[in-house]
Amino acid sequence: MHELSLSSAILETALRHADGRKVNTVEITVGALRQVVTSSLEFYFEIVSRDTVCEGARLECNEIEARVKCNDCDAPPWTLDQPIFRCPACGGSDVEVLSGTEFLVESIDVEDKEGVVS
Amino acid sequence: MHQTKVRVAEDALDANTTIAHANRADFDRESVSVVNLMSAPGAGKTTLLEAVFRSGLGDVRPGVLEGDVQGSLDADRLSHLHVPVTQLNTDGGFGGECHLDANMVRTALPSLGLEQIDLLIIENVGNLVCPAEFRVGEDTKAMVCSVTEGEDKPLKYPLMFRTCDLVVVNKVDLLPHLDYDLDALLRNIESVNPGVETMLISARTGEGVEAFRNWLVHVAEREGVPA
Repeated sequence: MHELSLSSAILETALRHADGRKVNTVEITVGALRQVVTSSLEFYFEIVSRDTVCEGARLECNEIEARVKCNDCDAPPWTLDQPIFRCPACGGSDVEVLSGTEFLVESIDVEDKEGVVS
Repeated sequence: MHQTKVRVAEDALDANTTIAHANRADFDRESVSVVNLMSAPGAGKTTLLEAVFRSGLGDVRPGVLEGDVQGSLDADRLSHLHVPVTQLNTDGGFGGECHLDANMVRTALPSLGLEQIDLLIIENVGNLVCPAEFRVGEDTKAMVCSVTEGEDKPLKYPLMFRTCDLVVVNKVDLLPHLDYDLDALLRNIESVNPGVETMLISARTGEGVEAFRNWLVHVAEREGVPA
């Protein structure tokens, strides 16, 4: 549902780094806790990128699972499949998020400008 | 055709965060504390603010920034209560943005009269999803969730429930008429955001509103302390 606003944010970031060059791929990393539906993100990205140098670019999404650990006991880190931030071993609530909150533009593939040797 | 990989490694919301920091600096300069108030549509944010402003906030001078997709219905309701209200509509974008972002708030700064207020309440667009993603320069985030919305909402919208420092549970006057499991709601809030402060209130009858008023005064008093 918030994929439209997020795809605009991705586009803005990609355009800034593209510096006018044609973009073929935008690689992003999305953590599970961001509740992003990547297929929806791709759909909106295709729309918001029209008439920009990102038009037609492929959005490559790396999805990262939500890993957490308990700071109250020695339970090994676990993967969240529900948003319950309580330790299943000791019931403690000091649960630290190790991964899953990422929302990064990792890289973009750009076409070199004509006449410019890279 | 040659292709180059450009390493970016940047949070996609960095641009928003940078503007949020600029807003924060402006608020700090004028010693204004800022609450970002969020909820689903119809949870009772405006009714709650009306209840608070009816008896005032003591020495604290409040102001409100009303975020709506369209119209000024909420702002009109609050302006009767002698509180400076600025309307911010988001319908300039792609069919109307469903949230306020830092830049929208920035455009409203000149009309907020920051030098005349101590506490700015930003009433965000009613939506449990997008507003949770966009910082606007606030000190603290609070949300209203009403007992007509279902006990499972924290599990469905964890991003929102986790980002808030306070969850106000509204419309508790309706509980006798509903098959609502309040304990299940509180349990779900606690599972998603352990230790978060909660308040049970009815903006309609006034029950519990005092606690929210005191919370706002407390926020205004710790002015300039980043959340």
